[in-house]
Amino acid sequence: MAATLFSKVWDAHTVRILPTGQTQLFVGLHLVHEVTSPQAFDMLRLRGLRVAFPDRTVATVDHIVPTSSQERPFADPMAEEMLATLERNCVEFGIPFHALGSDRQGIVHVIGPELGLTQPGLTIACGDSHTSTHGAFGAIAFGIGTSQVRDVLASQCLALDPLKVRRIDVDGVLGAGVTAKDVILEIIRRLGVNGGAGFAYEYGGSAVEAMSMEERMTLCNMSIEGAARAGYVNPDETTFEYVKGRPFAPKGSDWDAAVTRWRSLASDAGAAYDDRCLVPAADIEPNVTWGIHPGQSVPVSGRVPRLADLPEAERASVAEALDYMGFSGGEPIAGTRIDVAFVGSCTNGRLSDLRAAAEVVRGRRVAPHVKALAVPGSVAVKAAAEREGLDELFRAAGFEWRNAGCSMCLAMNPDRLEGRQVCASSSNRNFKGRQGSPTGRTLLMSPAMVAAAAVAGEVVDVRTALAAEEKAR
Amino acid sequence: MSRIARIRGTALPLRGDDVDTDRIIPARYLKAVTFEGLGDHAFEDDRKALRGAHPFDDARFSAASLLVVNRNFGCGSSREHAPQALYRRGFRAVLGESFSEIFFGNSVALGLPCLTLSKADIAALQELVDREPATGVEVDLEALRVTAGPLEAPLSLPAGAREAFLTGGWDGLNLLLERFEEVRTLAARVPGPSAS
Repeated sequence: MAATLFSKVWDAHTVRILPTGQTQLFVGLHLVHEVTSPQAFDMLRLRGLRVAFPDRTVATVDHIVPTSSQERPFADPMAEEMLATLERNCVEFGIPFHALGSDRQGIVHVIGPELGLTQPGLTIACGDSHTSTHGAFGAIAFGIGTSQVRDVLASQCLALDPLKVRRIDVDGVLGAGVTAKDVILEIIRRLGVNGGAGFAYEYGGSAVEAMSMEERMTLCNMSIEGAARAGYVNPDETTFEYVKGRPFAPKGSDWDAAVTRWRSLASDAGAAYDDRCLVPAADIEPNVTWGIHPGQSVPVSGRVPRLADLPEAERASVAEALDYMGFSGGEPIAGTRIDVAFVGSCTNGRLSDLRAAAEVVRGRRVAPHVKALAVPGSVAVKAAAEREGLDELFRAAGFEWRNAGCSMCLAMNPDRLEGRQVCASSSNRNFKGRQGSPTGRTLLMSPAMVAAAAVAGEVVDVRTALAAEEKAR
Repeated sequence: MSRIARIRGTALPLRGDDVDTDRIIPARYLKAVTFEGLGDHAFEDDRKALRGAHPFDDARFSAASLLVVNRNFGCGSSREHAPQALYRRGFRAVLGESFSEIFFGNSVALGLPCLTLSKADIAALQELVDREPATGVEVDLEALRVTAGPLEAPLSLPAGAREAFLTGGWDGLNLLLERFEEVRTLAARVPGPSAS
């Protein structure tokens, strides 16, 4: 019978149906970081339990590391204690740890794929909601909380209810300057921040098939912002090409067997979906958020909504967002003045993201009033970017070039907004206070759009504004 | 592990859709290696911004143990610190129009039931407890009903979670470890990343 990748992978990892009716699902790979794990290890110690499968567990440090000086001990004693705790826990429980200073350290959702740990057909869990990123490879990847981190450490299993599957087809060709980030912001705006509740999103269609693995990671990364617990793309030649030769990828004859198996896991033609939705690629423009959740976005040519144009039921939440963001409603999003520009994060901190931003700033200068940061997602991304001279391009344009980490995405390290600063950000969340200042404001957009905003000092359409500037010179 | 069938107390109405976990507990409080003391910081930035006008600062609700919220509560980050902060502040159930799935699951693991009511029933309950903060509210997980003064409404809870609360198996680790040989058998069948 025709089946989806989701149901094939789910079934292959089902241990049993629990007396509660939930599924006991085996986790093929558990990724661990410093923030959501310390209490989980404490719970294990309290019960005298060991880590069940240390060889299926990998740890790194990303959220709290400073991206400027990484000298130990850190200036922030809480961050220092948090890292020291993870180091101790990894030694005590025998977990491989990609430490600060290692050439394999980086944002957990960047290094997993980079090292070839992330593979098609795996179930993956991590105490971080952006674990959906790994679905780009045709894995089923869940973000979990700390008690579940404990469960996976101790049993390598999760108790879960199965998800429904919504197929989202993005058909056609994306316009020049339109990226995977714009696609996912479009999908979230159309389906809503709560639209994916109960679903895994299967992304397909010709525009998704044409995407590189890094673009697919951006797409799957933000599934959770649309409330989809997991998001994935069926594995294909692009996937296999990316995984091949990476440190943890199967080798030799194992490789051929793995590819055959992975191919068989892709959703069958004629598989039944619980829901379907179509987003024509040609409809998508570069998108920019104007509000306080990732569904509140407009195409860059568009305007911030006006309360008067909205149905009564939507007004309260839009009014709250307009008020927080300092918009009166009805103004074009282009022209919004920014104070900070941030390129990086698990959404857009990979080599192709840095290339796209660097290409925009090449030969240009960041506007004098803008503080601009370029933060590679991993040590490996940083090294690759430096080999291409991207660091020089960024520095010459007035960007700060930093070390790998989560940086200004989430305010758990020294990189943060101050006061009511407005940040053009390639990250994933524009929640109130997300970037560290309780009154700070975030405009989500693609890395190229962030770079263009950094140069212009305000939100601009990367496709036209810089070309126009060039002509004027 | 104790059974959770009935929760009684007074309730605090917290209005607004899409309340994310960054608002419930700002990220700076995630830097501690324990959950202790998180209750004091729940909604800290929202409360500061409202200068005392936030319902968490309203003395009429200081003893409330039920939280009444609206749509998509707990969206965003997977931090268990969010339900931990609410639990440590004294809440023992959350009633709302809908919840983010990760928040819901994290709450189950703490023994904090998140119960879904219709939009109209939530509005009525919020209005009632706003008017009469001393109203006793009772949540019954067996009958799947909530009563509050003159108001009585059906509530829903996924069957697995309901069973977990009613049997006391909501801390699921014992169940997952119960037949561990089956986990080992399956592990031998499904490949993981091969070391190098």
